[in-house]
Amino acid sequence: MKRVFGDRKTIIILLAPTLVIYVLLKLVPVLWSLGLSFFEGNTLRGFEFVGISNFTKFFSDPAAMQSLWVSVIFAVLATAGQIVLGYLLALLYVFVLRKGSAFVRTAVFFPMVLPTVAVALLFRSLVSVGSNQGPVNAVINVFGGHSIEFLASTVGTMGVALAMTYWSSMGFYAVLLYTGLLDIPDEIIESARLDGANGVRLVRHIVIPLSLPILISSIIFSFNSTLKVFDSLLALNNGGPGTSTSPLTLYMYRTAFEYSQYGYGSTIALVLTLLCLVFTLAVFRSSTRKADA
Amino acid sequence: MITRRTRRSLLAVGIALATVVPLAACSSGTGSSGSTAASGKDPDKFTVLTANENTTIATELDALASGACKAENKALPLEHQTVAQADVVQKVTLLASQGALPAHFIAGTAMVRPTGDLGAAKLTLDYKTALTDLGAWKDVLPAASSTVQSVYGQMVSLPYQYNVEGLWYNKEIFTKLGLSTPKTFDDLLADAKKIKDAGYTPFAIDGKDAWPITRLIGMYIFRNVGPDAMKAVKDGKTKVTDAAYLKAAQEVQKMAQAGYFGDGFISKDGATANNDFLTGKAAMKYDGSWLLSNINDKAQDTIGADNIGLAPFPAVDGGKGSIDQWAANAGAAMAMNAKSYGPKTGAWLKCITQNYGAQALQDAGVISGFTVNKDVTGVPAPTKMVQEKVAGIKETVLWFEALMDAKSTALAQSNISLLTTGQMTPQDYMSQLQTSLDANK
Repeated sequence: MKRVFGDRKTIIILLAPTLVIYVLLKLVPVLWSLGLSFFEGNTLRGFEFVGISNFTKFFSDPAAMQSLWVSVIFAVLATAGQIVLGYLLALLYVFVLRKGSAFVRTAVFFPMVLPTVAVALLFRSLVSVGSNQGPVNAVINVFGGHSIEFLASTVGTMGVALAMTYWSSMGFYAVLLYTGLLDIPDEIIESARLDGANGVRLVRHIVIPLSLPILISSIIFSFNSTLKVFDSLLALNNGGPGTSTSPLTLYMYRTAFEYSQYGYGSTIALVLTLLCLVFTLAVFRSSTRKADA
Repeated sequence: MITRRTRRSLLAVGIALATVVPLAACSSGTGSSGSTAASGKDPDKFTVLTANENTTIATELDALASGACKAENKALPLEHQTVAQADVVQKVTLLASQGALPAHFIAGTAMVRPTGDLGAAKLTLDYKTALTDLGAWKDVLPAASSTVQSVYGQMVSLPYQYNVEGLWYNKEIFTKLGLSTPKTFDDLLADAKKIKDAGYTPFAIDGKDAWPITRLIGMYIFRNVGPDAMKAVKDGKTKVTDAAYLKAAQEVQKMAQAGYFGDGFISKDGATANNDFLTGKAAMKYDGSWLLSNINDKAQDTIGADNIGLAPFPAVDGGKGSIDQWAANAGAAMAMNAKSYGPKTGAWLKCITQNYGAQALQDAGVISGFTVNKDVTGVPAPTKMVQEKVAGIKETVLWFEALMDAKSTALAQSNISLLTTGQMTPQDYMSQLQTSLDANK
């Protein structure tokens, strides 16, 4: 076996089919998009080489800057909430519910399998006001308050979008982190308890450090997926009110496919890719430093 | 011997080629064929691309294929393709660049203008020339062709619909409160106040789609500045930040903040707004004559078809526009592929033009921009009322965004929720719009 895997030709023969498919399906579109960033036009009008003007345009375009800001804010808040809630649920499963956690795990995980657009429409109905008064405003009315049109304000829309994201994905992160917590040997927890570590101290000094790798992976996974948020904000309020909750992905889609500016659309996509890359590297570096310390 | 450095260089060149070659391949789109004469080659099928959201055209063309256009259908069988309205620009751009445009297709407004992607590439048929050659130009209503040419700058869309827009009102509520149809904008505001005080919603508004509110801004501008108000903006002769235009945004913001659009109008969708009006919760609704399909449906209309009136948007005191200038449109652009326009496609075009008017009116109660060449029986009363109004129209105006580019249209509509909730001032609304109009000229 060692001889087989030591032979370069064998490695190339075994890897080539997968590598070819990967290059065709992944790398070529990415490089194509990178190339398009230096052009302007569309497939019908033709393309014209514009150098780096799409990049300079991006940084002087207020709509692009606003979308970038929306994406980053949403990603930070969504990641923080998803990970904190997921981690708390995971701790609940492991230390409180223990073997009886299967039902709760399934129930909390369930929204994850629902289509995002359906969840967005559900939340739209929950907070609706007026002719089709939703339950949230009905409860506010019961307590004597006036109905609130959540989707009429940026903060309201963002709040609903975050609540929706937490509801639908915290179960997934809870399961992910739960598997990490299960890997912590019982003996270590037990000995820490004997040494007097309980509650918050146990979690802070024993559980978190020992589950750090899965926690870091979850943060990277969460940030990269929420940075690319698209369908939930589109279905919830179409990026509104105005364009105040329109993320970079939605701006990219509209630019490329509604305004037929494929070059500028590709530039926006490239910025988004770089943002994901920079964040992932930053988290990796900081976690490596922590591990070395 | 190939060194590691050489291999690296080869790899870099390969990647660069992979990037540039596809770009070169897709930059070939601009054709130079003429757009008028029947010089194209007929396709194998008469493929019609329509929007998922509008099933009427496909249904009525099917009815024609098995009826009045049987011979044309035998020579060139009808085939349907559909696309989501939101994906029209993307799909048509792609099909056109691949030389795969269907014979007859829906297109984005800006695409078919002379400077648009399809217009500049001369891929769209000029219906005026084609129908004149076929002897069927007389079957297109002059008002409809005038509207099409105003919107698209050329006769590149068949008027499958001819819609007038105005204030639909509940006669019972108006009689009960002693109101008459408003003649001036001040009358409209006074009526709205009385209606609100009586516990009704003055206007049923579909704020989710935004256009019902931008329509109000546009109509105020046309009444205040005159019917060419938005053309003057497009031609750069004036700006939407000018006081007479700005006033429209101020008035609409005041209407919203006075509660005339009802609770939760920002997130209210079209179906809910229709329901509010057709069940008597709201007294008025600014909408197009496409509302007839809802009014004529007894399951939706519980206030009774006889109880619904249609009035033009009122005049503005001292304004240059007139209450007699109705807003009109001719539906989404339905163009024909100039390259596949041959004799058999021409036969289909002639048959549609001569028969669609009667077919759509009889079958679906739809008023089109074609002449009605057969007797149509059993037309519902509201449809008849609209037909009579249309017959009496001397001059029409477009809508607020009709002459804007796609980006400015999106901005005008997306910012409307900020304007009506007071999160954006009328000045900011108009100046952002003007900036976008300037940037996308």
